[in-house]
Amino acid sequence: MTETKLQSKIPSGPLSEKWTRHKAEIKVVSPANKRKLDIIVVGTGLGGASAAASLGELGYNVKVFCISDSPRRAHSIAAQGGINAAKNYQNDNDSVYRLFYDTIKGGDFRAREANVYRLAEVSNAIIDKCVALGVPFAREYGGLLANRSFGGAQVSRTFYARGQTGQQLLLGAYSALNRQIAAGTVKSYNRREMLDLVIIDGKARGIIVRNLETGEIERYGAHAVVLATGGYGNTYFLSTNAMNSNASAIMQCYHKGAFFANPCFVQIHPTCIPVHGKQQSKLTLMSESLRNDGKIWVPKKLEDVEKLRKKQIKPSQIPEEDRDYYLERRYPAFGNLVPRDVASRAAKERCDAGYGVNETGLAVFLDFAEPIKRLGKKVIADRYGNLFQMYEKITDVNPYEEPMQIYPAIHYTMGGLWVDYNLMTTIPGLYAIGEANFSDHGGNRLGASALMQGLADGYYILPVTIGDYLSHEIQTPKIDVNHPAFKESEDRVRERVKKIFKIQGKQPVDVLHKKLGNIMWEYCGMARNEQGLKKAIGLIDELKKEFWTDVLVPGVNEDFNQELEKALRLADYLEVGRLIALDALTRNESCGGHFREEMQTEEGEAKRDDENYMYVSAWEYRENKEPELHKEPLNYETIKVSTRNYKT
Amino acid sequence: MKFTLKVWRQKNAKAKGRFETYKIDGISPDTSFLEMLDILNNNLIVEGKEPVAFDHDCREGICGMCSLYINGRAHGPDDEITTCQLHMRKFKDGDTITIEPWRSAAFPVVKDLVVNRNAFDQILQAGGFISVGGVVPDANTIPIPKKDADESMDAASCIGCGACVATCKNGSAMLFVAARVSSLAKLPQGRAEAARRAQAMVAKMDELGFGACSNTQACEAECPKGVTIAHIARLNREFLFAKLEN
Repeated sequence: MTETKLQSKIPSGPLSEKWTRHKAEIKVVSPANKRKLDIIVVGTGLGGASAAASLGELGYNVKVFCISDSPRRAHSIAAQGGINAAKNYQNDNDSVYRLFYDTIKGGDFRAREANVYRLAEVSNAIIDKCVALGVPFAREYGGLLANRSFGGAQVSRTFYARGQTGQQLLLGAYSALNRQIAAGTVKSYNRREMLDLVIIDGKARGIIVRNLETGEIERYGAHAVVLATGGYGNTYFLSTNAMNSNASAIMQCYHKGAFFANPCFVQIHPTCIPVHGKQQSKLTLMSESLRNDGKIWVPKKLEDVEKLRKKQIKPSQIPEEDRDYYLERRYPAFGNLVPRDVASRAAKERCDAGYGVNETGLAVFLDFAEPIKRLGKKVIADRYGNLFQMYEKITDVNPYEEPMQIYPAIHYTMGGLWVDYNLMTTIPGLYAIGEANFSDHGGNRLGASALMQGLADGYYILPVTIGDYLSHEIQTPKIDVNHPAFKESEDRVRERVKKIFKIQGKQPVDVLHKKLGNIMWEYCGMARNEQGLKKAIGLIDELKKEFWTDVLVPGVNEDFNQELEKALRLADYLEVGRLIALDALTRNESCGGHFREEMQTEEGEAKRDDENYMYVSAWEYRENKEPELHKEPLNYETIKVSTRNYKT
Repeated sequence: MKFTLKVWRQKNAKAKGRFETYKIDGISPDTSFLEMLDILNNNLIVEGKEPVAFDHDCREGICGMCSLYINGRAHGPDDEITTCQLHMRKFKDGDTITIEPWRSAAFPVVKDLVVNRNAFDQILQAGGFISVGGVVPDANTIPIPKKDADESMDAASCIGCGACVATCKNGSAMLFVAARVSSLAKLPQGRAEAARRAQAMVAKMDELGFGACSNTQACEAECPKGVTIAHIARLNREFLFAKLEN
């Protein structure tokens, strides 16, 4: 283990001045030189679209790649609840410092102070930018912007557009991107999947992609490469992530030398529609914003649970005194608005104790009867109408009449490629932004902060920091894709594809992916322990062999071949899955979304170990050997590290 | 539940397509339509046949990627949903289900049920944006009446799936174009470019081979997000003003 390779490059000076000073000190590139520099952006979600648009606006030559038929499909679009900012429009004593502190605390003191402070600092400008771009945020009757509350905060700082905030923010970033495409500064490549990173003389200089319509393997060169390819939640098969969201781009970079940070920090979201059966392909999130008004409970009496499961009674028939509002009981100060990791574990605790309210025993109620009575159906419909509609379409239950059933599910990954303060990975010239990096959320992300981070990175941080790197590249001519390094990468990709087709085993990709998902959920889910994690590593190793000897992929490469896409992705999920388990095994503390059963208080709360684990784990890939763990110590200069308390 | 599926198969844009019939059994009523297709595909793969290509992504009705014409209706037999939100409980056991791609001159078939909707991107690139440069004013500088913001949001809920085009007998993209024009036209920050925007987007739509709007309102009936033709009226108004201005 070594600390030498990791230089976080956090600027000196007081916390509140670091970003300003840094911006003043780093170099900029002149407009005439920007025109000569090429940048590749992979991914078109909030991070990628906003970055590509901003870089194009600055005058760089940008190439942007997306796996869907249009940039607008990126999974940021599915974010529902909102985006945080420290505007203090409600005059409820919010501030940049409070947003910073809530985020650090919500992340269970495993994120960098300087990064998180910068995030809070630029949050306000994001709202201004989005409004200027025509994002129709919710407004009060007076015409000013409305806010609501989210988990882990005691102020109301979340901006929203009904239950479609991600969609509206993405349409804003996508429209800015479209403007640049029309202006010719950005060239867009749709239905392309990145399958390798090209490195020349130690610097990221291009990518190899597969054209998903034709199967052609293509080469693209640039002076810098930006990954905005999202997280790795689909490793678990069932998650709230979109089906095409995948980890392949970040894993290719990991294999090329980019360190992977905190892989075990995976967020399990408390309010998702429960699993209905074995034919399920994905899980649907019910926005955290529902916890503003909805009340979470299970029955107090096991006989009521029995009756519910047998459908002998309806939940609304259980009297008030026989209900256990367990979040309000355990966490009086934050109640239903505790952070996600806390709410998820509390749901698991009740279900493990036998109080789960559906046939599978894995569901709790999210109830709107009280707010509907207090505020009227119209107000609730105005706030959550589309979510209620979505719930009814999926479950055939009307949530205006009976409570929703919810259960935790994989939702977001806090871990990702390790980046320094400039968002550069350990490979010079390779940047990672948004969910693809690890930088801001520590062990647990607060609600409405993913959108904030994606847009902060893309609109305001990366466009500045990348200039510092590119200022040293103005003499570098256009990257020649005939360079041997491109051929080598392309050959490797072709070899991999060939290898997969050669297997012609018996199991379709989905079957193997479900097996991986089961291992991950069982041993690397909401509760983990040493024995289980060791078992998981063994099982994944076996499954990996099974994949490479028995997967069945039909067709040919030179075609629109969705099974090949899935197979290539699963090969990478197997690697990520193992890395998650390995990281979780190494981190013998409970922290944020990572709960080690060996490390808990008598009350069943997470027990952190600051003395031994106050670091970012960063894994370095080594061929045919276990990856090497590097540690970046976390130094808190401004805040006092404490045990998270949502009780008082 | 069991079903007979008549699925459109087409090798690529140039090839001639045809319907193939498949039987499927053991489907739970709680299974979604796309999950049913996943199961069909896994059966086909094991039988050594080629799986059916279809577009899908978020599977929660917001990305606009899924695009199936089911039993003669865009997104199938229910109102205000996308295909991914359709569940098999909406069908009767033993039903025969016909599945086709979007059919429109402007959306060429890529393979089987997958079409190319790049034309939508091009229309938006023609003007579906507000030109925002570097630093902008504080978000609360201009109050916007709640009613206007709500109407803007109604229009902005368009997911760009193309059901309106697939449903329209003329293959018109008017509802799609109107949704964007109307959403921005309702906001003060979008007014500055309103005239140019309407003209440029309509011109691009015509250029790309979409048909004319003949007010049949079929698009509104099949829009999964309930975008109404009131927005088409606003687009027409914007377009007319733009002409007068010139």
